Amino acid sequence: MTATHTEPLAYPFNEEEGLALNEAYAAAREGEGMIRVQLPYGDAAWLATRYADARLVLGDNRFSRAMASEHDAPRHTPANNSSTGILSMDPPDHTRLRTLVAKAFTMRRVEELRPRVRELAEQLVKDMIAAGAPVDLVEEYALPIPVAVICELLGVPTADRPKFRKWSDAALSTSSLTAEEFQANREELRDYMRGLIEAHREHPGDDLMTALIQARDERDRLSELELVDLCVGILVAGHETTASQIPNFVYVLLDEPARWEQLRNDLDLLPAAVEELTRFVPLGAGAGFPRYAKEDIEVGGVLVRAGEPVLVAVGAANRDALQFDTPETLNFARESSQHLGFGHGVHHCLGAPLARLELQEALRALLTGLPGLKLAGDIQWKTQMLVRGARAMPVGW
Amino acid sequence: MSWQVEVDAHTCIGSGMCAALAPEWFKLDGEHAEALAKDVEPDEIVLDVADSCPAMAITVTDHGTEIGPRP
Repeated sequence: MTATHTEPLAYPFNEEEGLALNEAYAAAREGEGMIRVQLPYGDAAWLATRYADARLVLGDNRFSRAMASEHDAPRHTPANNSSTGILSMDPPDHTRLRTLVAKAFTMRRVEELRPRVRELAEQLVKDMIAAGAPVDLVEEYALPIPVAVICELLGVPTADRPKFRKWSDAALSTSSLTAEEFQANREELRDYMRGLIEAHREHPGDDLMTALIQARDERDRLSELELVDLCVGILVAGHETTASQIPNFVYVLLDEPARWEQLRNDLDLLPAAVEELTRFVPLGAGAGFPRYAKEDIEVGGVLVRAGEPVLVAVGAANRDALQFDTPETLNFARESSQHLGFGHGVHHCLGAPLARLELQEALRALLTGLPGLKLAGDIQWKTQMLVRGARAMPVGW
Repeated sequence: MSWQVEVDAHTCIGSGMCAALAPEWFKLDGEHAEALAKDVEPDEIVLDVADSCPAMAITVTDHGTEIGPRP
């Protein structure tokens, strides 16, 4: 057991532009124990970079998300945005909310949406062709697909996209929003959702929001604020990451034309390709959502003391050679992946089946409709966001 | 009086949901989760786990009647 209480390294490591994994991760993975890192604000933290350590921290209920709101949690922003959101909860509160929405996102239910998602993606490709190159893949393709899908599923007007995009951006922003600015943004988004919830109470629809309202009004399974925050969480999480990953995946594939050709020639590889790309692309700028040890617990040769936070570098764990052969190679033929791209444990991405389906269909429509897809200008990268990706990606064909 | 719990190894995606939520009933050592015992005392958490599994790989039955995941 090592006690590496040296000066913590400044974190995050990754550049915001591009999708490279900073070399500091490989050093951390190969070193002994875990390293100490310091985010711009909050407590210094342990950083888990190896697959086994990451999976332990994410999947063991001796680690708590809820404790983050009682501590000076490691974070990018001055505001300690402890929230009532589902990602800030532990069982059993987390379980109570998760089971209310889990049914809407199971593989079986999501699969029923495939024809709709395919039609949507194919129509957007037709629209891009009609508009003529160059087209911004983010604005005209990557955002509209997940936004339309989550809006229809939840019961939010798709036409409101410009409104909630601003709030959603701010919610995932790592820029130095003051606590007041963060609060104001969150309240605006909540008020917007409260309005929609009231409208659904008067005119119930065949959507998830109506089902959640019934769970509250008829069965008292959640509070009004939990209802509001759950809908907000589903709306934001339901489109931002997928909207980032569609251009990210395209970017990686265009950089490896042999893989793009391989998919063009065999669309049946798409599910495996989406798994591999989810493993391969380090989406996070850094690592967020610290887990606090509820008791002393050994992780990767380090004794994490009760009350200490651990951050999990999913992108690094997904390139751990102890788990993945030739981890730096994009390989659609991996026997089994078990990557952590959707997290692990109780907070394993609720929308993972939906994200998979959207990513498969988004790539499919591009491969079949725009086989000669290429970059047609400089990519503008997002900055100061929790997730990395293009803000604008001009493409031609 | 007991329930029967089964994890379908073909459907399981190893999300770790069950083992994290109810380590007293489930474990995930390798790629797929397993129920620690086939017969379990009736316990709401087992139904919660079946409801929460993203792969819907967990079935709970009460003497042949499927009771989880709940509809």
